[in-house]
Amino acid sequence: MFGEEEARKLIDKVFKRGGCQSVEILLLSNDQSLTRFANNTIHQNVAERDADLIVRCFIGKRMGIASTNRFDETALDEVIARARENAAASPEDPYYPGLPEPADYQTVRPYDQATASYPPKSRAEAIGIVCRLAAEKGLNASGAFSTGRSEVVIANSLGVFAYHAATSADFQTVVMSADSSGRAHASAWKAADIDAEALGSEAVQKAELSRNPRAVPPGEYTVVLDPYVTEDLLHMLNFHGMGAQAVFEGRSWMNDRLGQKAMSAEVSIWDDGLDLTGLPMPFDYEGVPRQRVEIVSQGVVQGPVYDRYTAARMGKVSTGHALPPTARGFGPIAANLFMAPGIATLEEMIRSTRKGLHITRFWYTRLVHPRDCVITGMTRDGVFLIENGELAYPVKNLRFTQSYVEALNHVEMVGKETRLLASEFGGMAVRVPALKLSAFNFTGATV
Amino acid sequence: MKSLMQRALNLAQLQGAEYADIRVVHNRTESLVVKNGVVDALNFNESIGFGVRVLVDGAWGFASSRELTEAEVDTQTALAVEIAHASALVKNGRVNLGPPVTSQGVYHTPLKVDPFTISLDQKLQVLLQADAEMSRVAGVRVRRGNLTFIQEHKWFANTEGAFTEQTIVETGGGLQATAVGDGEVQVRSFPTSFGRQQVTAGWEMVEKWDFPGNAYRVANEAAALLKADPCPSEITTTLILGGDQVALQIHESCGHPTELDRVFGSEAAYAGTSFLTPDKLNTFQYGSPVVNITADSLRPLGLGTFGWDDEGVPAQSTPLVKEGVFVGYLMSRETAAQLDRASNGCMRASGWNRIPIVRMTNVSLEPGEWRLEDLIADTDEGIYMETNRSWSIDDKRYNFQFGTEIGYEIKNGKLGRMLRNPTYTGFTPQFWNSCDAVCGGKDWQMWGTPNCGKGQPGQVAHTGHGAAPARFRNIRVGVLKAP
Repeated sequence: MFGEEEARKLIDKVFKRGGCQSVEILLLSNDQSLTRFANNTIHQNVAERDADLIVRCFIGKRMGIASTNRFDETALDEVIARARENAAASPEDPYYPGLPEPADYQTVRPYDQATASYPPKSRAEAIGIVCRLAAEKGLNASGAFSTGRSEVVIANSLGVFAYHAATSADFQTVVMSADSSGRAHASAWKAADIDAEALGSEAVQKAELSRNPRAVPPGEYTVVLDPYVTEDLLHMLNFHGMGAQAVFEGRSWMNDRLGQKAMSAEVSIWDDGLDLTGLPMPFDYEGVPRQRVEIVSQGVVQGPVYDRYTAARMGKVSTGHALPPTARGFGPIAANLFMAPGIATLEEMIRSTRKGLHITRFWYTRLVHPRDCVITGMTRDGVFLIENGELAYPVKNLRFTQSYVEALNHVEMVGKETRLLASEFGGMAVRVPALKLSAFNFTGATV
Repeated sequence: MKSLMQRALNLAQLQGAEYADIRVVHNRTESLVVKNGVVDALNFNESIGFGVRVLVDGAWGFASSRELTEAEVDTQTALAVEIAHASALVKNGRVNLGPPVTSQGVYHTPLKVDPFTISLDQKLQVLLQADAEMSRVAGVRVRRGNLTFIQEHKWFANTEGAFTEQTIVETGGGLQATAVGDGEVQVRSFPTSFGRQQVTAGWEMVEKWDFPGNAYRVANEAAALLKADPCPSEITTTLILGGDQVALQIHESCGHPTELDRVFGSEAAYAGTSFLTPDKLNTFQYGSPVVNITADSLRPLGLGTFGWDDEGVPAQSTPLVKEGVFVGYLMSRETAAQLDRASNGCMRASGWNRIPIVRMTNVSLEPGEWRLEDLIADTDEGIYMETNRSWSIDDKRYNFQFGTEIGYEIKNGKLGRMLRNPTYTGFTPQFWNSCDAVCGGKDWQMWGTPNCGKGQPGQVAHTGHGAAPARFRNIRVGVLKAP
């Protein structure tokens, strides 16, 4: 970790080397630890200390990028020279919109010193609680507990300088018997907000309830979805169409749906990089302040998120959703998604269902077709048949092939509680409720 | 370098480690992307650092840093020991690594032309020429071409006396044409999908792939797919898969389930487990007698080709499936010892900041006797599919559903009309047992998968898969209903 002052000194060294007409410097620093367990034993336990300096050099409308994690004087000479060389070799990009001007950033500080210095012993003790809960029931616990801190510093030759530090904690566990399993997951920027015992109990309970599963035929079912499943719905809709690049290229589920009601009126989705109940960051990787963006409001598709490049191509203004230059091929992406809570409890959703399935997790979901965001994937870690308002019995895992847009058009009830869940892709998170959908299409089963 | 590494090993032992190893890795990656005639990316990335892995009181600890200084080596080694002590608080037994590893030597990827000696201008010209060819086709909304060159220089040492130095060079590239029209989106890629084909070799492979020479055909196929008939839905038929899709099928349904760490539950919470449990070794009929699958880190061009794995175990060839019978696993020292076997060199880390975990090397379907044209001529009715578009498989690697970019109807021994949105689904052992023909000769080639995710924190491995077209009987085709 550098701190704002040291980061500024390092970045100034690069600026002073010159050679570009304009230049942007991004410093990403990470100090992360993760303890992994399986079979009620810690089997992997790691720590990482890294930082990357990413330089974008511009000569007119030519751009070159270079990065390094060496910060000695020779390395700094080399990285700016390489970025300049790459810019010189590139033909002009007529659509390059130029670097952003300095802006005011709102203060958001999701940083907790106790989390930043969380010791390996404390992670092990939390894991020990979950393993004990599992072992008491003759079950096997596995999972991971990670803690860490990170810095993002962005500066450019027009005077932009933005610094953000954050901490993070994430606990996931899957508890298994020979024929059953249950999962629990929670994320926070304060490790103290992670309740390992509650998560362990949740996973153990699901693993107990899902023993002796029976087969049910594939087909269309009413479904009650845990927040872990809602997370997958939002992530896939995000990756495959909430960014302006996908819309611009005509491969987003938003194409032909902008301004139209495509989902249930119960569904409202937005992105907010300033909300401390998520994992906020007040600016993007170009130094543009993050704007709250309404993605879907009461079922009506509002629009995508933009970076400067896509905004320029589409006659819009950046909403502050650029990725780092080394990942710019993906285009802008929503990093802090929220789905509006409703008024129902999970129990009320189950009680209101005559026949359906309670799904606790989707797994290995992949895009089958882009324009309707048709996804295939499996259920995992506990599926239950609902009959006459009660969980009747656990069932074996099913494969689904389903348009996620259409699925959210079938939302009947929305949970009143939401859960913050970090993506495995760094820096992204969603806060989502449970859902009840009137129809969901299962196309296969497994043993 | 050697003295810095020895310092870490000595310090770890002084602080109570019964075993320690250290890897130093220096990675240089150059990537170029041309999109719709514009250079979308011209990047050069460099990453260097070290990772120290220690075994203390029978439990693992690992710490890593980008700073290659004596002070930082001391700090991270001490942290690795502290972490191992924490691991020991929640353990059911002691880690057993089996016999010691004392490998010594130097390895360099064999290559004809070092890609880092080719000028940026020459590299960009390849992509710009290909882009210009694709631009001749109406209806193609997005044209994308890319080249990637990687040089990874790494050193490994352990407290048992091993010291190895390796330079691995990878060359990759690909084209992608996306056609959009009438609410339909179709993608066609070359040589394979998800960005690029990639191998351990030099610039000579870029010349062999001939991107400008293939670009117009690729774009034409993308545009033609917009108007192609949908793949028939929910039928059972004969399926012939192109070599690149067979490579994906091997990767997902044989490579991953033979990873012994998955079998033992190490990945249960994340990547999943495996249906190939040890009781099935040497008895389970995984596939038909024409199915022979090998893990081989000696094979030319493979992304899993090296001198030693990241535990210092020498590269080697191991049968996984022999004449259809499941006979072997991908193993580390620790997992192999649990079966009273020796590691077959499958521990690989994605970089200096990750521990090695069990990964595929080059998991390949051994070539058969058929030629693709003869195989199609021998098929009365069925569907030919190539180039993966979508892949999903359950957490035991049993139930799968895959989609490809393009399909063709087969009627009376001939390829017929083009089909869009082809998909097929099945169960791994039933699928491989339905294989009655595998091609060989010029139809067999080494494919690269540079995007295999596993582990927490995430690691992206580069794996190789030798494969050729193969035929499968009575397969459920067409999960996606036609709009």
